[in-house]
Amino acid sequence: MTALTPEKVSELEEMARRLRVDSLRLIHRRGAGHPGGALSAAEIIAVLYFHILRINPANPTWNERDRFILSKGHGSAMLYAALARRGFFPLSDLDNWGAVDCPHQGHPDRFKTPGVDMTSGLLGHGVAIGVGLALAARLKKQNYHTYVLLGDGESQGGIVWEGAMAAAKYQLSNLTAILDYNNVQLDGPVHEVMPLEPLADKWSAWGWRVLEVNGHEVRQVVDALRMAIQIHDRPTILLAHTTKGKGVSFMENQASWHGNVPNAEQLNQALAELGEAMHE
Amino acid sequence: MSELSMREAYGRALAEYGELNPSVIALDVDTAASTLSNFFAARFPERFFNLGIAEPCMVDVAAGLALGGFVPFINGFASILSLRALEQIRTCVCYARTNVKIAASYAGVSDFKDGATHYSITDLANLRALPGMTVIVPADAAEAAVWVPLVAEFDGPVYLRISRAGALPVHQPGTPLHIGKGRTLRPGRDLTLIATGSMVGRCAVAAEQLSVQGIEARLLEIHTLKPLDGELLLQAAEETGALVTAEEHSIIGGLGSAVAETLAERCPTPLERIGIRDHFCPTGRDLDQLMDACGLSVTGIIAAAQRALRRKDHSLQDTKRKRKLQ
Repeated sequence: MTALTPEKVSELEEMARRLRVDSLRLIHRRGAGHPGGALSAAEIIAVLYFHILRINPANPTWNERDRFILSKGHGSAMLYAALARRGFFPLSDLDNWGAVDCPHQGHPDRFKTPGVDMTSGLLGHGVAIGVGLALAARLKKQNYHTYVLLGDGESQGGIVWEGAMAAAKYQLSNLTAILDYNNVQLDGPVHEVMPLEPLADKWSAWGWRVLEVNGHEVRQVVDALRMAIQIHDRPTILLAHTTKGKGVSFMENQASWHGNVPNAEQLNQALAELGEAMHE
Repeated sequence: MSELSMREAYGRALAEYGELNPSVIALDVDTAASTLSNFFAARFPERFFNLGIAEPCMVDVAAGLALGGFVPFINGFASILSLRALEQIRTCVCYARTNVKIAASYAGVSDFKDGATHYSITDLANLRALPGMTVIVPADAAEAAVWVPLVAEFDGPVYLRISRAGALPVHQPGTPLHIGKGRTLRPGRDLTLIATGSMVGRCAVAAEQLSVQGIEARLLEIHTLKPLDGELLLQAAEETGALVTAEEHSIIGGLGSAVAETLAERCPTPLERIGIRDHFCPTGRDLDQLMDACGLSVTGIIAAAQRALRRKDHSLQDTKRKRKLQ
């Protein structure tokens, strides 16, 4: 991890923009996917894959690598874009994403996409699996850190809190969760479907250190993830406040864009708003 | 019943094996004093994790430990593991191919005092349907102990079904076992009894009694429900022409179903199924009486054998009649 210079901040912001463009193109080409929750996680994923995670694209199963679990597996387009841009495989491998002969699945599969540490899809598993990985690191005296990215709607499921309890019991300071708190889920606003607040109090009461950040501010995300590593007595969660569909005006805060696919016209407008015309 | 319960044999074997294999981890869900994973916990406290009454969480934590290079044995009640935690097992163990071993205790109706909520009579159906899962059912305490190292050293998810109780002993300690290979415990050419778990011992008793009546029943133990030893079943069907399956499980989806599926495609043969006939079982005073009341009695096995033999005779007569007409 290098010092966060203004140049690095710009670089990460540009990567987040690029990952948004990639994700929307992937979803459009495939005719399926989840743009809203992919776009909201762009800065978080960019910071992790291009600044925080100790990983080696030439050796995806390097034993000392940091682990990352995309618990909100439907954000796969964003993850695949990041893995490709980070060099785990060419972006062109996703040209036929969705076809039965494309190895990359709708949701991440650890055997089919290099760089994916754990298969995911159905929601709720990430924190508890992260507990297992963090315990394994402790038992084997390994220094890797485990990161889990989960969604807010996902946090309505009990297993998330079972995992949270276990992480606190074992004081797993080598586990950090990031909650992409975009406040919109498939059926509508989270606070209407099933309110989560006061969410920071809940995680805190569960024995976690809670850090609240603007999930679209690269510097805030980086600083909080660095702080998490310095906390040695408990696991940490970043409540990353984000905007569903961030960066595309007609997708922002719209539940209808949770799992909708942009048509050609919508894609062009979205890419224009993301400044893609200026870059190509 | 043998003096040693299957769970105790398993628990002691796991603790012993933990000495040999430092990769083995045990997890439990506040049932360590019941599953007897507490033998392991006492000897290796640093390799034991009690996650409270949260079976789905235990499965996921075990998946994470497996990703981290360990061989986790998860311990709990079969009823909860195979139902409440089934999605975790499907997604994070089978689909994600994590090397998790599921020691599912209190299986069948062995928790006779606690009733239908605690009985596990659909677990074999649930687990057998999952791609990538190996399903093993020991017949007695000695066999349960033998499976521990074999299961640990097998690369992939395993469901090991453990009874709370003992069972009529059929194996010597250290008996040689192979995953996926059924065992012929008694020769016979009149019909074949095909049994798993606690019903192996009961079928052995039934075979003795049938022999007194002049009926020589072959006895097969199918300890591995998946992958099923189709060749052994096929041979028995061809050579004896009448079959009875027996399991401490629903007749839907377990051993009887597995045998019927296999032979219907390859060698349709008169088949009678002994099992729980699609109902919830009551609480009992002791396991033997409860099993009898649940339709798992030795006399029930004998009656099923006689029915299977009658159907075999009818089908032989049919064949002869058809030959004459030709």
